[in-house]
Amino acid sequence: MKATATAAGGAAASLASAARWKPWEWALLAALAASWFAVGNAHALIANEIAILALFALSLDLILGYAGIVSLGHAAFFGIGAYGAALFAKHVMPDPLAGMAVAIALAAVLGAASSVLVMRGSDLARLMITLGVAAILYELANKLEFTGGADGLQGVVIAPLLGRFAFDLYGRVAFAYSLVVLVVAILVARRIVASPFGWSLRAIRDNRLRAAAIGLNVDARLAVAYTIAAAMAGAAGALQAQTSSFASLDTLDFHRSADVMLVVVIGGAGWLWGGVVGAIAFKLLHSLLSAWTPQYWVFWLGLFLVVLTMVGRERLFRPWTWFRKGRRS
Amino acid sequence: MLTLLFDGVAYGMLLFILAVGLAVTLGLMNFINLAHGAFAMAGGYVTVLLMERAGIPFLATLPLAFLLPAILGAVAERLLYRPMYSRPHLEHEQFSIGLVFMAVAGVDYLVGSTQQIIKLPAYFQGRFEIGGVGIGKYRLFIVVVCLVLTGVLQWVLARTRFGSRLRAAVDDPRVAAGLGINVNTVFSLTFAVGSGLAGLGGALGAEVLGLDPNFPLKFMIYFLIVVSVGGTTTITGPLAAALLLGIADVFGKYYVPQLGAFVVYLLMVAILFWRPQGLFGRAAAR
Repeated sequence: MKATATAAGGAAASLASAARWKPWEWALLAALAASWFAVGNAHALIANEIAILALFALSLDLILGYAGIVSLGHAAFFGIGAYGAALFAKHVMPDPLAGMAVAIALAAVLGAASSVLVMRGSDLARLMITLGVAAILYELANKLEFTGGADGLQGVVIAPLLGRFAFDLYGRVAFAYSLVVLVVAILVARRIVASPFGWSLRAIRDNRLRAAAIGLNVDARLAVAYTIAAAMAGAAGALQAQTSSFASLDTLDFHRSADVMLVVVIGGAGWLWGGVVGAIAFKLLHSLLSAWTPQYWVFWLGLFLVVLTMVGRERLFRPWTWFRKGRRS
Repeated sequence: MLTLLFDGVAYGMLLFILAVGLAVTLGLMNFINLAHGAFAMAGGYVTVLLMERAGIPFLATLPLAFLLPAILGAVAERLLYRPMYSRPHLEHEQFSIGLVFMAVAGVDYLVGSTQQIIKLPAYFQGRFEIGGVGIGKYRLFIVVVCLVLTGVLQWVLARTRFGSRLRAAVDDPRVAAGLGINVNTVFSLTFAVGSGLAGLGGALGAEVLGLDPNFPLKFMIYFLIVVSVGGTTTITGPLAAALLLGIADVFGKYYVPQLGAFVVYLLMVAILFWRPQGLFGRAAAR
């Protein structure tokens, strides 16, 4: 993106170089794979949570960072994935992969249906509509019979993965499962982002009017992006339900939408690995701060956010630029 | 029935006073200030603490509940908010939600996390019976105060020089600045008054809405509904939206409690889908 291409050939070359795998990306993938061996029995559960959060954040980043749709209700898709997977396992068939497919399909359908709602209006209207959709689902799950209401959906039994690996108490199998799904999602998202479709999303994000003027069907592209992101969030929800054998109202709650927004913000929007980095940072920050001041940790989280915004991410994470005068990022 | 309607109106009026500052700042600077509720909470705590610790009567604390948040708002606007205006919306949200978190934990630390109980003076307790309609004295007081405030606001906006400057700045800040209007000053003042009104609303509403450190988070969504449904270009828009929301909420809770907030959210999504600029808004000039 930094390269300023002067000719068409230069543009194609710069697009290709942006799509190429960098060495550090291989290193990150290897680190993800190695993390399964590193965590051992003791930390597999928290690592599993981080992997799920990272997948969820990745899905939000697709629409927030690339397509520029501000959403405060992304938990809607996480929740529908969780409830879909749990209900499927309880009533139809306990196989986790089939449940995952059903959850993804359900979330994609909801995403496609609600994408119509987010096409119109200003950022504020979009914010409120996404928030409203999630709140409606929350109230539904709270009141309906078959979702178990406020107690959550209990008694879900998940069959062993691939018929061989039963989910164990330490969460090692669960973490491996989440990790594989996360890596697959990263690969898919990377492919999408590097494709002409992905570039068109960025064009729409930067200037909707101009994007439409060069012949992009803005609404259709945003709808597709929203549906893909919804499907990924559904996968994250399914992971959550399957690895904990439980689906609760918490999966649809407002704070989940807000948290995942923070994760994307901390990791950096419009950067695929931002979800992973943000999820790790957020969980670590959370556990460190809440161990230090259990009651007041949100104060420090708030301070961190304020400082992050005021100083700017570029400067905050490059301490050597702090005392340099002049151009601000 | 009519009693419920009256309660709904009182609730809606409160929401309007709480949210009107947000509507103006949003319309003026296109800044989504999620921290607006924090100023309302500040007003509520000013009243509660003055009554409890200093023994000042309820009515006498109300001006302070307006003044202190207004000063706080002016200072915060100058120091914190102003550099943010040119940033994208996402950064507005992350910044102001950070402020909310700090306010929530700060109040928790300073005052404690328990629900504050406000002791209304004796002359506000009880209710009238007019033609079989029970009207709570305090609710009536709220409605009267809010009506007066609305009238004053409308007068300021429509009749005074400052009001016309403000309306010009909302319509198009650049042209307004070009005509010699100091948009920054106008905005500082508006922000301060908006924060003050929120504080007053928080003080008045402490008895009705409840007051604890989570206040800004709990009511943030309601403020945003009022502003987004009502639109930001008029003052009557948010008023109508607040009344609608207040009445719908009170009636919904009374007649169909099993549905909870479902009706409110469904209504909001439907309205915003139908009119993304809000019920009474018109398309933004920018």
